[in-house]
Amino acid sequence: MASAAKQRRAQAGPGRFSQDERRRDSDHVSFLKHRRFRWLWIALGLSAAAIIGYALIDQEPRPNGGSWYGYTLGTIGLALIVWLSLLGVRKRRITPGAWSLKAWTSAHVYLGLALIVIGTLHTGFQIGWNVHTLAYVLMLLVIASGIYGVIAYATLPPALSANRREMTRAQMLEALGAIDRQLEAAAQPLGRAEADLVIAALGQDPFAGGPLARLTGRYPFCATARALKGLDQVGSADPGAAERVRALLEKRREQLAQIRGALRIRALLEIWLFVHVPLTIALLAALTAHVISVFYYW
Amino acid sequence: MYKVAIIGSGPAGISAAAHAAALGMSHVLLEKTDHLSDTIFKYQKGKHVMATPANLVLRSDIAFEAGKRETILGIWNRQLRVENPLVPRHEGPVSDFPVNVKFHAEVKAIRGTGDPIPGSVQQIVTRARDGSRSVKEIQRHAPPYAIELTNGEVVMAENVILAIGTQGNPNRLRCPGADLPHVQYQLDDPTEYVDEHIIVIGTGDAGIENARGLAEDPAQRNTVSILNRGTEFPTAKDANVKALLADHEAGKLTIRFESETKAIEPGWITLATRDGEVRIRCDRVIARIGSAPPRAFVEECGIEFTSEDRGAFPKLSPVFESTAPGIFVIGALAGYPLIKHCMNQGYDVIEFINGNTALKPADEPIIAAKFAGLPGKRSTEEWLEFLRANVSILNGMNPLQMREFMLDSEVRFFRAGEVIFERNAPGSSLFGIASGSVAVEVNPADPSITVPIGTGSIFGEVGLISGRRRGATIRAAEDTIVVEISRLAALKLQSQVPAAKKTIEQISIERQLLQMFGSGLTPEDVAPLVAAARVEEKRAGEVVIAEGAEDKDVFIIRRGSMIVEKQIGGRPVFLSYLPAGSYFGEMAAIDGSARTATVKAAIKSEVIRLPGEGFLALLDKRPALRERALKDMAARRATNAFIESRKDSFSSAVDLYSETAQFLVDNGIGEATDVLLINETLCIGCDNCERACADSHDGLSRLDREAGRTYAHLHVPTSCRHCEHPHCMADCPPNAIKRGPDGEVFIDETCIGCGNCQRNCPYGVIRMDAKPPKKPSLLQWMLFGKGPGPGEAPYAWRKKAAEKEGAQKAKQAIKCDMCSGIDGGPACVRACPTGAAIRVSPDKFLTFTKLTEDVE
Ligand SMILES: Cc1cc2nc3c(=O)[nH]c(=O)nc-3n(C[C@H](O)[C@H](O)[C@H](O)COP(=O)(O)OP(=O)(O)OC[C@H]3O[C@@H](n4cnc5c(N)ncnc54)[C@H](O)[C@@H]3O)c2cc1C
Ligand code: HEM
Ligand code: SF4
Ligand code: SF4
Repeated sequence: MASAAKQRRAQAGPGRFSQDERRRDSDHVSFLKHRRFRWLWIALGLSAAAIIGYALIDQEPRPNGGSWYGYTLGTIGLALIVWLSLLGVRKRRITPGAWSLKAWTSAHVYLGLALIVIGTLHTGFQIGWNVHTLAYVLMLLVIASGIYGVIAYATLPPALSANRREMTRAQMLEALGAIDRQLEAAAQPLGRAEADLVIAALGQDPFAGGPLARLTGRYPFCATARALKGLDQVGSADPGAAERVRALLEKRREQLAQIRGALRIRALLEIWLFVHVPLTIALLAALTAHVISVFYYW
Repeated sequence: MYKVAIIGSGPAGISAAAHAAALGMSHVLLEKTDHLSDTIFKYQKGKHVMATPANLVLRSDIAFEAGKRETILGIWNRQLRVENPLVPRHEGPVSDFPVNVKFHAEVKAIRGTGDPIPGSVQQIVTRARDGSRSVKEIQRHAPPYAIELTNGEVVMAENVILAIGTQGNPNRLRCPGADLPHVQYQLDDPTEYVDEHIIVIGTGDAGIENARGLAEDPAQRNTVSILNRGTEFPTAKDANVKALLADHEAGKLTIRFESETKAIEPGWITLATRDGEVRIRCDRVIARIGSAPPRAFVEECGIEFTSEDRGAFPKLSPVFESTAPGIFVIGALAGYPLIKHCMNQGYDVIEFINGNTALKPADEPIIAAKFAGLPGKRSTEEWLEFLRANVSILNGMNPLQMREFMLDSEVRFFRAGEVIFERNAPGSSLFGIASGSVAVEVNPADPSITVPIGTGSIFGEVGLISGRRRGATIRAAEDTIVVEISRLAALKLQSQVPAAKKTIEQISIERQLLQMFGSGLTPEDVAPLVAAARVEEKRAGEVVIAEGAEDKDVFIIRRGSMIVEKQIGGRPVFLSYLPAGSYFGEMAAIDGSARTATVKAAIKSEVIRLPGEGFLALLDKRPALRERALKDMAARRATNAFIESRKDSFSSAVDLYSETAQFLVDNGIGEATDVLLINETLCIGCDNCERACADSHDGLSRLDREAGRTYAHLHVPTSCRHCEHPHCMADCPPNAIKRGPDGEVFIDETCIGCGNCQRNCPYGVIRMDAKPPKKPSLLQWMLFGKGPGPGEAPYAWRKKAAEKEGAQKAKQAIKCDMCSGIDGGPACVRACPTGAAIRVSPDKFLTFTKLTEDVE
């Protein structure tokens, strides 16, 4: 027993206790504010230095990527882009060590923004229809999508939390299932036309509706909403049963709204990655072409 | 008349019966059900039964090795020549024995039929619900024993082996008609019944699961009702209650609240409800109203237990003989829940009865190994006696108890100057000094200041009692032999030897006082206080000090934790959180005022009550102490005043603080040492924390981010809190749950997958699952899309991959181990991209600033 404990201790290496004690005293701090905006200051410093350099250093024959200063900026920019791309690996490779993804994200965001300055200065404001400009534009698009991402990350979580009301996604679906079972039983006494409406509502996949519906939360073809409307119009043979079904459909609509709300917010939180990541890959390809062509046509 | 009657056909009973048969001893094996080994028979189908401890040799005529429940039962049936259609027949050669088994033979009483044994009177203490005690005395009679069965039959035997396990009997209904044949206490297969009106009584987990099972398939057309005595479900798991309520709403079954059974007749049942009596159709009654442990029955047989403690076991001699001569107790009932132990004891006890008292127990090599590296050549017996005689708290043990005790303990030798444990190391074991002495470094700043503890005494009791880290570094002052008593062995010891409990309590109170008030106090100074101190247990929520009251006692928190509240503007406001080791109540004692705040237990706790005058007398004697107390008091006053002042200007912030703190305490933070908290204003729901957890631990996530409660955007996910006194440890047959070097509560590989810990953890953080095969690497996934990618693989993938690899691994209990042994600490926290996930300790987090600070 104690020998097992000793063994574990040996593996733990030194410093775990002090690491843990610091961690146990921690507080919720967002990636934007990480270490009192450390990476914001570093990025600002880097950008300022690049601008000052650009202004002071006499670049011959004119400022562009081919001058020595241009090469310097280009190298920094390339290194940054490669490093920024590695976030995708860091996020998925949970190796030991005192790193945190939050610190990485913080640095990623601010250094990524600094690229606007560094990249732009690297171009020397020479824009044209070529692979070099393609790389530049791709970079700006990646950054633009990143900015959207940060805004989404900073503003949407409270809505996600409020919509959840302590329920997990599985529980939301279970709750819907429970309502559906009640509906099925309650709809038995209804007439043909009304029953069809309920059956249509029950038959519809709660995830039906394309990406647009998912992003906007608007489901114009929602069979539950239609059944509710329809029930008002069709006169009923058994008003008591119809009333019960109405109440249940109302509950179903609310449950669907919660599920759809969750889907919508999550979609808004994720959609930009479908731009950010593929464009990153395209950017890396364009950069490769850009670098090779520069050296090839030296 | 048999030479021996064996009661209960669990692993202990059948091993004994087979050995008796092998020796040609006249015997009978009495089993109350219609099959062998009811406990194992009731395991989940296909359960992988484990044979731990691995280093213990099996000494039995009956075969046993790790394997499927069906295989093991199949072999045992063959070996005992029993046919049972519900267990697949085992093919292949086995050695079998002419065992005389009697099924449907439930023993209800055992009486000696010889002369009264002079001076041998059994006292049975029963406690009523209101706390009153009554004592019943039974005169013991010599063997032979008359064993009475519930069907009226009587079996006579010279010796009795009691091997009935710890399952006990289901509590029975007591209303008229309770003995009708359609009243049952168990439900094996809910699909067996169709077209019936069924009443399930009891809304614990068992009742709920039965009722839901019966109502599950509408095609069975059962009308199912479940009776709840009140309106709440205090004894059932939350998930079960939710599912039951949903079924009720869906009309699948009916919950009848505030209903009790009045009478049962064929076809009908009468219920007492709030609105009077109702009589409804009822073809079947399934009563699941808990079960009574077998203790009462065992005591009635003349068998004494070691103490009144609920966890106590029968008092036994080295040959398993109880206080009733000729009645032997083995197996789980004797305190040995592992199948291997049970089987070995079955063999041994027959040998003992057969006169072979020189037989060495099968665990001899394990115990001998524990003494191997020690100086001084002693035999195992001599070592055991050496420890028993020298360590004062072990004095009251007998040799059998010492052996059992040693299985969970270690003996260590330390050279002069060697560190035994360090300050702030986690640890809940207790140490006894068998020879030599140790030095306690009472001042962390100056290791040269030490206090000695000598031979025979104990140390480490603070860790044992409070569950908190070691308070001081302790070194061997000379060459020293200590026995390290695991938490479990220490708990057992205290329940077996009341004197040991008393000693530990005394010493711990004295040390706690010395440690807390420090500054040169001597044991003589605190002696009067120690003598007047009383240990009191407090329920969660129980008020220890009430605001405005005039009492003057001072309290020390021995285990658990307290919260301090004050009524401000007509509402209770949370002032602070006090962990174990703190004291409170000193203000009223010192300045004679009324209590300024209410202090109540956050969780089940123990406090030491010190009389206020005694405390004052000590302060008068020691001005340095007085100064310290006044300083502490001033600091507390300042905190309280700060929060009160906020109440006027920032009332809503104080309310938020107060309510959040209460919410966290309600969710187990009060007993946590390290807890995961997610701020939902930051959480983007990416589940990277879960994925990181799975990828750092054999591919299974030990945390469920979404599940769990949320208040004011603070979310407590389903993840281990690493409790100070882990509930999960309470009932683990192989003692697989331990506290590791980083303070984590972890489960080691000896887990047998019984699921007890999962049931015992109040926070639902333990899951039972099989370790999945390895996934293709991250690179392979990123480049070629091979494998399921990062995080826990879906169940279908795991199943398929396991099949491809051959047999699926056994299900074991898995839970958070705080990423012990991994540099950098918990992966969930490191993998959170936004800073939403942190792991904290309650004493650091439950403060006004942390709970009210905004994050963006
Ligand atoms: C889910 C689960 C999984 C487990 N997995 C493992 C494992 O993998 N490995 C392991 O080593 N241990 C395991 N255990 C522990 C182990 O099963 C038990 O501790 C062990 O069976 C105890 O054996 P026993 O012979 O003392 O009593 P039991 O096996 O409990 O047998 C007692 C027998 O006595 C009968 N009986 C009771 N009262 C009377 C009476 N009045 N008259 C007549 N007969 C009576 C009962 O019907 C029963 O057949 C597990 C336990 C559980 C609950
Ligand atoms: C050229 C520059 C950039 C590159 C190449 C780049 C690349 C990447 C990559 C590869 C990822 C990993 C995505 C994944 O695997 O899920 C990522 C994530 C992210 N990027 Fe960028 N990025 C760049 C600039 C920016 C900028 C400027 C911002 C913000 C202003 C930004 C914000 C983010 C955020 C918030 C994430 C998500 C982090 C997470 O959820 O783990 N990126 N980026
Ligand atoms: S598993 Fe449960 S009982 Fe055990 S330490 Fe963790 S939270 Fe506490
Ligand atoms: S860890 Fe849990 S499941 Fe495993 S043996 Fe212990 S109590 Fe049983």
